[in-house]
Amino acid sequence: MNNIIKKFLPQILAILFVVLIFGFLTINAQTNMDNRGIDFGFGFLSQESSFDVQFSLIEYSGSDSYARAFLVGLLNTLLVSFISIIFCTILGVIIGVARLSSNYLIKNSAAWYVEFFRNIPLLLQIFFWYYAALRALPLPEKANAWFGVTYMTVKGYYIPAMVWENLNVFLYCGLAAIISIIVLKKYANNLRDTQGKQIPVLLYSIALLIILPLLSFLFGGVSLEFELPQLKKLSKISYIYEGGISLPPELIALVLALSLYTSTFVAECVRAGIEGVSKGQKEAAASVGLTPNQVLKLVIMPQALRIIIPPTTNQYLNLTKNSSLAAAIAYPDLVLVFAGTALMQTGKAIEIVSITMLTYLTISLTIAAIMNWYNKKIEIKEK
Amino acid sequence: MFKLVKQLTSMIAMFAVLFAFSTETMAAKKSKTLENTKKRGFVRCGVSQGLPGFSNADESGNWTGIDVDVCRAVAAATLGDATKVKFTPLSAKERFTALTSGEIDILSRNTTWTLSRDADIGLTFVGVNFYDGQGFMVRKGSGIKSTSEFKNGTSVCTNLGTTTELNMRDFFDSRGISYEPVVFEKADEVVAAYDAGRCDTYTTDKSGLAAQRTKLSAPDDHVVLPETISKEPLGPVVRQGDSVWEDIVRWSLNTMIEAEEYGVNSSNADMMKTSNNPAIKRLVGAEGELGAAFGLDNDWNLRIIKQVGNYGESYKRNIADTGILPDRGPNELWTKGGILYVPPAR
Repeated sequence: MNNIIKKFLPQILAILFVVLIFGFLTINAQTNMDNRGIDFGFGFLSQESSFDVQFSLIEYSGSDSYARAFLVGLLNTLLVSFISIIFCTILGVIIGVARLSSNYLIKNSAAWYVEFFRNIPLLLQIFFWYYAALRALPLPEKANAWFGVTYMTVKGYYIPAMVWENLNVFLYCGLAAIISIIVLKKYANNLRDTQGKQIPVLLYSIALLIILPLLSFLFGGVSLEFELPQLKKLSKISYIYEGGISLPPELIALVLALSLYTSTFVAECVRAGIEGVSKGQKEAAASVGLTPNQVLKLVIMPQALRIIIPPTTNQYLNLTKNSSLAAAIAYPDLVLVFAGTALMQTGKAIEIVSITMLTYLTISLTIAAIMNWYNKKIEIKEK
Repeated sequence: MFKLVKQLTSMIAMFAVLFAFSTETMAAKKSKTLENTKKRGFVRCGVSQGLPGFSNADESGNWTGIDVDVCRAVAAATLGDATKVKFTPLSAKERFTALTSGEIDILSRNTTWTLSRDADIGLTFVGVNFYDGQGFMVRKGSGIKSTSEFKNGTSVCTNLGTTTELNMRDFFDSRGISYEPVVFEKADEVVAAYDAGRCDTYTTDKSGLAAQRTKLSAPDDHVVLPETISKEPLGPVVRQGDSVWEDIVRWSLNTMIEAEEYGVNSSNADMMKTSNNPAIKRLVGAEGELGAAFGLDNDWNLRIIKQVGNYGESYKRNIADTGILPDRGPNELWTKGGILYVPPAR
C-alpha cells in the first residue's frame, strides 16, 4: 500500500497541477473576455472572408469562407517548407560530403559556406534576398529569357505552364512504373540472397521510369503542350507576363533563404554521420574487395544515416517553423493569411492563435513521425 | 457579557462588509481607467508606427500629428498637462489587441470606424477626427489617369489587417478585374516594395498616400488618382465597458472641434472667459459645471484649448503646413462647407 502511494502520488499531483493551471488559464481568459464584451466561438470560420490572397494552390476568392482562407495559408506554408526541405537536403548532403573532401579548395569553400550562412540571422537573410537581391532584377519588359522561355523579373519568375490532355493516363503509367520498380527491387534482393546473383537494379529502374510514361504518349492519347508566358502591357510603363505560371518573388526569396540557411545545419549532420563511422569499417570493407562506390553505399552510408537522421529531423522541424517568418516579406503563409489578415478582420485573437499553434504542432509532429519511422527502418536490426 | 461582545463584533464586521460593498458600487460609477491614469500620472496612448500628419515621431522622440493631439487633449483634460502621454507605436495588426488587453487606454491611430469593429471585438469608437477615403497611387509615367484604366493582372501593394484589404477586393471584384494583392505588415515595407516596382499601384487611405508619397525616392514621379473608393471615417477608440472614460475621450475631441467653431483658440482662450456668448463661456469653463459629469474639474476644456489648441490649429500645424493635404476638404467645419459637426457642449 505504502509503495503504491509512493509510486502514484507524485504523478497524480503532477497531473492535478497541470489540469489546475489549464483550468485557471481558461477561466481567467473567459472572465476577462466576458468583462470586455468579447465572445468566444469558431462560428466565424464559415463566414465569408471577403479578402483576397496573392498566391494560392487551390481556387480561392474573397467570397470563400475563413476556413478556406486557413487552408490556403496552410498549403502555402506546406509548399514553401516542402520545397525548402528538398533543396536544403540536396545542398546539405553535397556540402557535407564536400567538407570531407581531400581537395583543399573544395573542403575550405564548403567550410566557409557553412560558417557564413549559419551565422547570419535567418530574418536578415530573408530580407537580403527579398529587398536586396531580388529587387535588383529587371522589370518584366526588360527581362532576358532564361532557357529561352522563362523570365526572372522583379514581379516574379514566369515559367511555361503545362497543358495536359489525359493527364490521368500519364499518372497511372507513372504509378505503374513505381510499383514495378518496387517489385523488381524485391526480386533482385531475393535473387541476391538466394543465388548470390546481382542485377543492375538502378539501370532497370531508370529505364522503367522513362519508358512506361513515354508509352502513354504513344498509345494512351496523352499529349502535353506548353503555354508560354507572354508580355502584356498594363499601362504606358508597366508590364506583366500573362499565361504560364508565375512564381512570386516572395516565395523565391523565402525558399532561397530557408534552404541556404538550413542546408548548413544539414551539412554538419551529414559530416558528423560520415565521420562517426569508424575508419576500420571502411578499411575492412575495402579489404574484402568492395569497390569504393560499394564501400560508400553498402558499408558507410547505412551506418552514417543512423547518426544523420535524428538531428536532421530537428532541422526539418526548425525549417518548417521558421517558414512563419514569411509574414515579413508578404508571402501569404498561414501566419500572414490566417493569424494576420483573418485575425484582424474577425478580432478572434484567442481562437485564431490557438488554431495556428495547433496547426504548427500537427505539422511538426507529422514530420517527426515520418522521420522516426524512417529512423526505425534503418536502425541496426539485431538478429 | 462575553456573548454580547461577540455579537457586537460580528455586527460591526457585517456593517463593515456592507459598507465596503456599497462604496465599491459607488466607485464603479466613476471611471476605473481615469483613476488608474491619475495614479499612473500619464495617459497611455496607442499610435501608428509613423504616419506623417497623424502620428509621427521626430529624431528626439517627440510625437506630433492630429491623432497624437487627441491623446494630448485627454491628458490636458484629465491630468492638467498635455505632455503627460506615453505613446506606444502599434502595427495595424497589433492595435486592437493592445487596446482590449489593457496595454493602452486610447487607440488614436488612423483607425476606420466600422460596424464589425465597433460591435464585435470589445471596442467603442468615440468620434471622427478625420474623414478619409481609400485611393490609389500610381507612377506618373504610366499614363493612368483613373481607376477605370486598371487592367487584369495589376499588382497592388497594401498594408495587412486594414479595411483597405477588404475595400480593394470589393473594388476589383465588382469591376471583374483580376489583381495580385501584395500585403505587408509595415507601412515602410509597402512603400519600399512599391518604390522598387514590385507593384503597379499602392492603395490605402488618401491621406496616408499623401503622407507616404513623401517617403518615396522620387515623390514627384507619383500621383494619387482622383477616385475615392470607400468611406474611411478615422477616429479614436476606447475599450468597451468604461463609459465615463469613453465620454472623456469623446468630449475632449468634441471640445477641440467646437472651439474652432466658436473661434476659440490657444491664444485667445483666457480672454474668452468674459465673452458674452454663454456657449463660449461653457467651452472655456467659465459657466456651468460640465466637468463634474466626468469627475473632472471645471477647467478641463480650457486646458485642452490652451495646451493643444482647437481642431483647426491642430490640422494646420500637422497636416496643412507639412504639405500633406493643404486643402481640408470634408474635414472643414459644417459652417464652412465641410462635414465636421459635433453635438453641443452643454
